[in-house]
Amino acid sequence: MAKQKSAFLDNLGKIYLMYTGVFILFVIGLGIAEKMGMSNKMIGYMFMFVTIGIYALIGVMSRTAKVSEYYVAGRSVPAFFNGMATGSDWMSAASFISMAGAIFGLGYDGLSYVMGWTGGYVLLAVFLGPYLRKFGQYTIPDFLGARYGGHAARTIGIIAAITASFTYLIAQVTGVGIIMSRFLSIDFTIGVFVGLGGILVCSMLGGMKAVTWTQVAQYIILILAYLTPVTVMSYRATGVPVSEIMYGQVLQKIDAKEKEIIADPKQKEVWDLWKKKSDNLTADIKGLPGSLDAKKKELQDKLATLPADAPAADREKIGKDIKALPQTAEEAKEKWTAAQKDAAGRSKPLKPYLEPFARMDAKNVLALIFCLMVGTAGLPHILMRYYTVPSVKDARISVGWSLFFIFLLYFTAPAYAAFARHEVLTTVVGAQFANLPSWVASWGKVGLFKVQDMNGDGIVQFAEMIINTDFIVLATPEIAGLPYVVSGLVAAGGLAAALSTADGLLLTISNSLSHDLYYKIINPQASILRRLTISRLLLVVVALIAAWVATYRLTIIVELVAWAFSIAAASFFPALVMGIWDKRANKTGALVGMWVGFLSCVIYMVGSRFYGLDIWGIKTISSGLFGIPAGFITIYIVSRLTAPPSKEMQDFVENVRIPKGAGTATVE
Amino acid sequence: MVQELKGLDTEKLRAYWSYNVKLTTFTMVVWFVVTYVCSYFVKELNSIVIFGFPFGYYMGAQGSLIVFVWLIFNYAFKMNKADNTYGVEEEEE
Repeated sequence: MAKQKSAFLDNLGKIYLMYTGVFILFVIGLGIAEKMGMSNKMIGYMFMFVTIGIYALIGVMSRTAKVSEYYVAGRSVPAFFNGMATGSDWMSAASFISMAGAIFGLGYDGLSYVMGWTGGYVLLAVFLGPYLRKFGQYTIPDFLGARYGGHAARTIGIIAAITASFTYLIAQVTGVGIIMSRFLSIDFTIGVFVGLGGILVCSMLGGMKAVTWTQVAQYIILILAYLTPVTVMSYRATGVPVSEIMYGQVLQKIDAKEKEIIADPKQKEVWDLWKKKSDNLTADIKGLPGSLDAKKKELQDKLATLPADAPAADREKIGKDIKALPQTAEEAKEKWTAAQKDAAGRSKPLKPYLEPFARMDAKNVLALIFCLMVGTAGLPHILMRYYTVPSVKDARISVGWSLFFIFLLYFTAPAYAAFARHEVLTTVVGAQFANLPSWVASWGKVGLFKVQDMNGDGIVQFAEMIINTDFIVLATPEIAGLPYVVSGLVAAGGLAAALSTADGLLLTISNSLSHDLYYKIINPQASILRRLTISRLLLVVVALIAAWVATYRLTIIVELVAWAFSIAAASFFPALVMGIWDKRANKTGALVGMWVGFLSCVIYMVGSRFYGLDIWGIKTISSGLFGIPAGFITIYIVSRLTAPPSKEMQDFVENVRIPKGAGTATVE
Repeated sequence: MVQELKGLDTEKLRAYWSYNVKLTTFTMVVWFVVTYVCSYFVKELNSIVIFGFPFGYYMGAQGSLIVFVWLIFNYAFKMNKADNTYGVEEEEE
């Protein structure tokens, strides 16, 4: 067994290179099959089932009954491959599908996601990664438990790890369901369960070991899928197939085109129409409940005065309109307020794509970057990955590789956004409604891209488009005129991104429960077999709960994910960093600090989202801005007001800071 | 776990740690400048245009990322070397 393992590890490069080659051949093969008449639906099925099959197969091959393999992949993952695994662990459905869209919609301000989600790795590299590897246990609550003594710190760690990971997990499961249902045209719920089946086989049998090798495989698929369409798009638009360099020219074209749009009186007409709509709604809301009754009466009168020979369709339409009216004044208020806000937003003239701080003010952009960065460095499923490398030196290098592999996708995302925006501004805006590119209709059907002729001139004005920016990555293959097989590849890439993140999160949650809660707190005498069995069982239970919650399709999920970052940032990060960097930090300080960080973060979140709490105009998404410093300061002050940690604990900190002796620290 | 520190020269340990602190500080200063200073002055930087990229925009979209990758590898290589120089490297298994 040991011999087999090392043969596998020695040949990792070859194995994954071969895998990549075979996968590319598979895609080319499907491309040929498409030319010969294979249906789009069949191509979709091939992609989904072959890739999920690969992940499951890796899981079966990596099954293990050893604790160290189950929890930390035997600490034998080379830095380079751990970097790749971290890359796909980190990049979720949001990075793959939504980030380019955020930049498309927010322009410069959307880059805060690009910077925030990468810069956090610098913090991780210098403040945490190598030291956690030196500490060398199994989970993040392990470190809190060892450093601050007793079960209290570990318990808060468990709570924070589960809260942050679970919200994030639901978002991934939802992503899996959306991708599966859209590309296979199956029911959302079935999509969720089919997708989850693949990852469960994988993580249940092999724990961290299986998850690691699957994540490497998933990274390869997701990066190929992300880079292919935009590279072709760049070649088509500029003649050079390096989108990341060529979109500079496109930015200039966007800027010029937008200046034209802003100056065009026809465009202004539409903005004014939105303004009017917003004003009307405001008046209606003020006039409640009378205005609702008036509307109802107006429609009923219309129905009553309809000539007897009017077509049945007219009659039905009015009937439907009456039914669509809000039932109560409260409902009307809620609906109309949302519609009014939307219309008011659309009535504002276009702000140039390149103009900084046009959609968020500078303060909020900087605050968001800060929260995303610290949150990145505080997410337990990422931190956990640095336990799996063989040494402290590998841990340091591995953070570099992680960011490198993430960087490949993130520095391409703004290119995606720029090409898509250019396409929309040049081929849709100003075009005749009868003459729109074919992709507009096909993405209109799934509700991601709508156009409506508001001023009735037969030409599309900017504000006449209602865009769900998620269409960008998904539609680019079609916009670039690529065969359907590339769309299938993109879907497989999105699925890989969602599944790989879900895998890591599931493992984090079930390990927190089985290792930290059950083994360390409830039953320290538990046998290895019992611990692993419980861990595997919990994995299935957590997955099922996540799937069940995901089927409700709660709209708050997107916000919850943003919150998960702030929670991780405010509760974990200060306690972890102070545990390594401040010898004087003690148990009381850490406990109070974690609670203060967690609570001040949650209070601002809930307060600003639901009760109009507002400090310096900071948005709810950046709630960590208060929690993070609060956590640090509290730990610092409270630790100094109470007794210093024991000599033994100070030696422990000293030991974590020095790489020497990492081998022995791993002994269970 | 504590025993391993015995037999190590405390002078050397202190020097190693202060080297680490210096390198960490350097890393954080560069990190701060490319992220926050560049973002704050993005409008001023945008007046420089290279390959069609306004420089401030470029820093947000690519420049800062490249610096981040460099910073981490730089830190890793220097610290890995320092481990050996100060005699605190891990034992080969």
